[in-house]
Amino acid sequence: MTATREGASFASGTATDPAMAPHGMTLTLRIWRQRGPADKGRMVTYQLEDISPDMSFLEMLDVLNEKLILAGDDPVVFDHDCREGICGSCGLMINGTAHGRGTSGGPTTTCQLHMRKFKDGDTIDIEPWRASAFPVIKDLSVDRSALDRIIQSGGYISAPTGTAPEAHSILVPKKDSDAAFDAATCIGCGACVAACPNASSMLFTAAKVSHLGLVPQGQPERNDRVVNMVAQQDREGFGGCTNIGECSAACPKGISMENISRLNHDLLGALRAGARPKS
Amino acid sequence: MAVVTVTQPGQRRTPKAAKTSSVFKKVVMAVSGIIMVLYLIAHMIGNLKVFAGRESFNGYSEWIRTIGEPAVPAQTTLTIIRIVLLAAVIAHFWAAVSLWRQAKRARPNGYVTKKPVAQSYASRTMRWGGVIVGLFIVYHILDLTMGVANPEGPASTPYDRLVAGFSNPLITAVYVIALVLLGMHLRHGIWSATQTLGQSNKRREKTVNLFALVFSVVLIGGFLLVPFSVLFGLVG
Repeated sequence: MTATREGASFASGTATDPAMAPHGMTLTLRIWRQRGPADKGRMVTYQLEDISPDMSFLEMLDVLNEKLILAGDDPVVFDHDCREGICGSCGLMINGTAHGRGTSGGPTTTCQLHMRKFKDGDTIDIEPWRASAFPVIKDLSVDRSALDRIIQSGGYISAPTGTAPEAHSILVPKKDSDAAFDAATCIGCGACVAACPNASSMLFTAAKVSHLGLVPQGQPERNDRVVNMVAQQDREGFGGCTNIGECSAACPKGISMENISRLNHDLLGALRAGARPKS
Repeated sequence: MAVVTVTQPGQRRTPKAAKTSSVFKKVVMAVSGIIMVLYLIAHMIGNLKVFAGRESFNGYSEWIRTIGEPAVPAQTTLTIIRIVLLAAVIAHFWAAVSLWRQAKRARPNGYVTKKPVAQSYASRTMRWGGVIVGLFIVYHILDLTMGVANPEGPASTPYDRLVAGFSNPLITAVYVIALVLLGMHLRHGIWSATQTLGQSNKRREKTVNLFALVFSVVLIGGFLLVPFSVLFGLVG
């Protein structure tokens, strides 16, 4: 079985069928290499040949790493997990845009960006997310636990455990559930922070505030949630939002700027109602 | 050559505890901006008095200085307006500098390559554009309000100062550039203030942006009418 499949895959690369002829791309990669958190880091240039346009961006980096390992060099460290665009692990600054949004032509994650979006002979700059709240661990991998701590500060509801209540006992207007779901599609990849000229995490926090704030289960803690999450976001050292819109454009899930307005609305209401962040 | 490296957990430098919420700074920015925009509307409409002639324009200028007389001493209303405006400028400037520094701290090492995807020219020029508009306001007050930087000097009437200034194409050019920058500042500022005060949503987004654009064009167009009319000899 395995042998047959391997045989087939080899046959696809032969020159006997012109349509199936190899049409690999030659690329120049300029990749940020940083040995560790304390290292200064630098851009290093690599040449790659015969890259299939059908490869994903991460598969292209896999090819590079195989070559680096064979040559006895240190492979390039980058984060990835599902490679299906749903987990939010991968995230690279590609040619100056988060997830290569400037190249992709639409919302995407790095793993769902394919090499066919690039041209033969292209030079591609690859950098990690840059923010002091996202310290570089190594090369292209950054520590995004600041986002987890924002969630811990209020992105939850307190509910008693036990049997799940009857679903129809709490009615949610369709409009609200749709908007809450749109906000809940945030995968926490951090592209909003990476793309923001201020390195602000506002879109992330706003999505988390919105998706609970729009449904009945989120109401009891709505005021405390927004106040604590914004305080935590400031504590992590993120920048302030200036409503430029780079975040929403870079977001693989297309989270809307309206969530930021909703966060601001909730925050002002909560402060008026006397809610104060717990220190 | 094998490069051996050890992966260490991310080392965080302890972030400076935020003394003031970033959203609070934005609210200060939005509210002070709104105060200044309200003044600009009145300022622009008042300027149009120039088309009613020298007497009317100078009389309007005199009226501003005597509003409320004799119930209150001369210049009382004007002084209150000036204090409110000065407070708004200081608050606006404080919020801007504070957010600017916060952004710098949040990304001390920039990208080697960074390209904008969505940002408008207006939003990109908010900070330096704001600084330039601020410096322009200082010059503008020295020029037309106090007259010390005006060809006619401080002893002249407001109408004469205006005509003398705008008859010079160089001075007119300075005003035009500053006003266009101000227009872009307002275009992003109005949208941003709506977001900051939590009054925007997906449905209103288009309307808010369209309003910001139309408002800025009308306001700046109204301001520009005066220098251009003087420059082309329609007033003077």
